[in-house]
Amino acid sequence: MEQPNLSYINSMSGGDERFEEKLIMIIKDEFPIEKKDYYHNYKSNNFKLAAGNVHKLKHKISILGLEKSYEIAVAFENNLLKGNTNLSQEFESILINITNYLKKL
Amino acid sequence: MNCIIIDDEAASRAIISHFCSSFNNISVIEEFPNAIQAIKFLNQNEIDLIFLDIHMPDFNGIDFIQTLKNPPKIVLTTSDANFAIQAFEYDCIVDYLVKPIAPERFSKAITKANNLVSKSNLEDTSSSTENIETISGNDLYVNIDRRLIKIDIPSIYLVEAKGDYIQIKTENKNYTVHSTLKKIEDKLPIDLFLKVHRSFIINIKKIIDIEDNSVLIKKDVIPVSRSNRPELMKRLNLL
Repeated sequence: MEQPNLSYINSMSGGDERFEEKLIMIIKDEFPIEKKDYYHNYKSNNFKLAAGNVHKLKHKISILGLEKSYEIAVAFENNLLKGNTNLSQEFESILINITNYLKKL
Repeated sequence: MNCIIIDDEAASRAIISHFCSSFNNISVIEEFPNAIQAIKFLNQNEIDLIFLDIHMPDFNGIDFIQTLKNPPKIVLTTSDANFAIQAFEYDCIVDYLVKPIAPERFSKAITKANNLVSKSNLEDTSSSTENIETISGNDLYVNIDRRLIKIDIPSIYLVEAKGDYIQIKTENKNYTVHSTLKKIEDKLPIDLFLKVHRSFIINIKKIIDIEDNSVLIKKDVIPVSRSNRPELMKRLNLL
């Protein structure tokens, strides 16, 4: 599985380390909330709301340089909008992958 | 350019704000996690540019644009490129940035926005009178359906910008004219009229009362921008 990385953050920060730290802190704060919202809506079968959560999470996925995972998130969001839960396991693996990575930062 | 950022994601707001900080001519005045808060702010402040996320819960970016009577220039930001075609139906849209935003792409959007804001300011300050003709004494002539209609200036109590048109409200009648607020502002006597908001010019003599951020004129409650309030207060005969 591809690994999260800071290549996007490093490339867009212009070498501003304080900004990089700030952005990582924001992601560490926001990601667990968005993940929790997703699981809540998904488990409650509120697939449209869950699609909204995936939409928001996929930006974090892209910020963390996960290109293939991003494609899975895009497809999963579209599935959820149609009431289809295909790719849920793949998507949730991505969430676990990011959770583990953020713990190390 | 004064700008605001509207995005429900703090990470997005931080990234856009960081990009803006590398441009000398851009100042981020406020950031909002939702569009409702931004509407309240825009009723009281003049802004050149908005960075607007389309996909927000409850009230999305397109809903937001539709509520604005006289929108400033807008750069849309989203993770979903599918909205692009719908977005460009609005004249105020300058560009469309797909997240994650690359610095070079952001820079291009700023160049576009800069050009359009400058052009718009230039048009506003041009001496062209278009459909607002010369003043003769207390009268103002406006061109409506190829007829020059005379309006008694002191009878005007309110002028409101409505997209490419302005609505002139008088004691007896309302007129809709294809023109800008700036053009009519230049034609109205400054001792009688004051622009209190980017969309409104009022006749000071017609004020009924004033609250914190609004004035009552006839039955119209008109917002007063924070930046215009000191001038309004200066012009009043306060006890």
